Amino acid sequence: MSLANICIQLLEGLGVSVNIFIITLLFSLPLGLFVSFGRMSKNKVLSTITKVYISIMRGTPLMLQLFVVYYGPYYLFHMKLNPTYRNSAVYIGFIINYAAYFAEIYRSGIQSMPVGQYEAAEVLGYTRSQCFRRIILPQVIKRILPSVTNEVITLVKDTSLAFSISVMEMFTKAKALASSQTSMVPLIVAGIFYYVFNFVVAIVMDKLEKSMDYYR
Amino acid sequence: MNLLEMKNVKKSFGELEVLKDISLTVSDGEIVSIIGPSGSGKSTLLRCATLLERMDAGSLLYDGTVVCENDDTGKAVYADKKTLRAVKSVYGLVFQQFNLFPHWTVLQNVTDALVHVKKTPKKDAEDRGLQLLEKMGLRDRASAYPYQLSGGQQQRVAIARALALNPRVLFFDEPTSALDPELTQEVLKVIKSLKELHIAMVIVTHEMAFAKDISDQVIFMADGVIVEQGTAKEVFNSENARMKAFLGRYQGIL
Repeated sequence: MSLANICIQLLEGLGVSVNIFIITLLFSLPLGLFVSFGRMSKNKVLSTITKVYISIMRGTPLMLQLFVVYYGPYYLFHMKLNPTYRNSAVYIGFIINYAAYFAEIYRSGIQSMPVGQYEAAEVLGYTRSQCFRRIILPQVIKRILPSVTNEVITLVKDTSLAFSISVMEMFTKAKALASSQTSMVPLIVAGIFYYVFNFVVAIVMDKLEKSMDYYR
Repeated sequence: MNLLEMKNVKKSFGELEVLKDISLTVSDGEIVSIIGPSGSGKSTLLRCATLLERMDAGSLLYDGTVVCENDDTGKAVYADKKTLRAVKSVYGLVFQQFNLFPHWTVLQNVTDALVHVKKTPKKDAEDRGLQLLEKMGLRDRASAYPYQLSGGQQQRVAIARALALNPRVLFFDEPTSALDPELTQEVLKVIKSLKELHIAMVIVTHEMAFAKDISDQVIFMADGVIVEQGTAKEVFNSENARMKAFLGRYQGIL
């Protein structure tokens, strides 16, 4: 098989990887914010539940979580598995896992805000939600961006874990090609593609960080 | 009717009794200084008056509106949310640490609450904001960000931000304690210039000469109680031992 052919096949897989990447971020970033609210809630029940959830998500392998999400409905409820559920299982697994990580990042950012910002807003008459949206959140985003960048770059590489439940993303394809061609080339090309993917992600995140450099 | 009335205010943090039975009144346009050693409860008193802290017992009234008063068991009970929200428009507060919003320009710091809390049209808010910055001598810094300003300038922006909402009483919590002597004078000058606005001011300060000069009423607090209260002349010439000990080397200079 020619190098061009390998590239074309891997690029198809890359499309699936990018898809997992985008959908995960799209849902886990906002979800993580709400999870962090739960974690910081004064309601003991709510904060305990979210604490346990975050602890499990961070304390067990993502690959295992993907298995549970994918096979769980069958083993637990004897539901018949629809093959299209494979993709949804990957999305669900990634989203709930990453939301937990993002929740902790949001929490660290929110709790690092000086109390004076809340007090100034309160005396000026802002409601609590106005204060959060207009004053706290914009500053939190600036503070947590470096940590978020770390997670996002990890996510690019983590998409390869979808391999474990046979979703046809780039790593799954590379592994299949490597076996069938008895060649390292597909794996090396995949490695290059992952690197370029992350290179682009790093540039975008850097731009984003710079766009908030106008204040300290 | 008194603009602000605090009666028998008590406040503890755990075991520590910070305010023990404080009462004071402020009338429209009156300038009140609160002086006293650190830890005497001055800031806590201001924080109770501005609802940043809830008092344990006592009453608080703004312009006759009851913000809180004692129930039968002698514990302070606060009015409903709507009343508390409404009463917030009566006062403003200037913090020791300025607490400007760093992600906004100077002008937006001054106008944002006008637009989003008071629902003033943006254009009008900006006109008013620029007018206030002019008064603070900061018209040319309107588009700067807080980190680009000196401490004195930041505090003047904070004053403009508080004035923008047209408060009837403005509280200052040690407004110059984070500033060097030069910047302190710059801010004190601005506060003095507010006299012409005829709004009431309650100023917690360690600037004795300033307090003596500007105040209609001076309150000397120590250990959670009011030790002396009266005109500047009365308080600064007091024979009270605690007062004399506090003024120490200032006495005679003032």
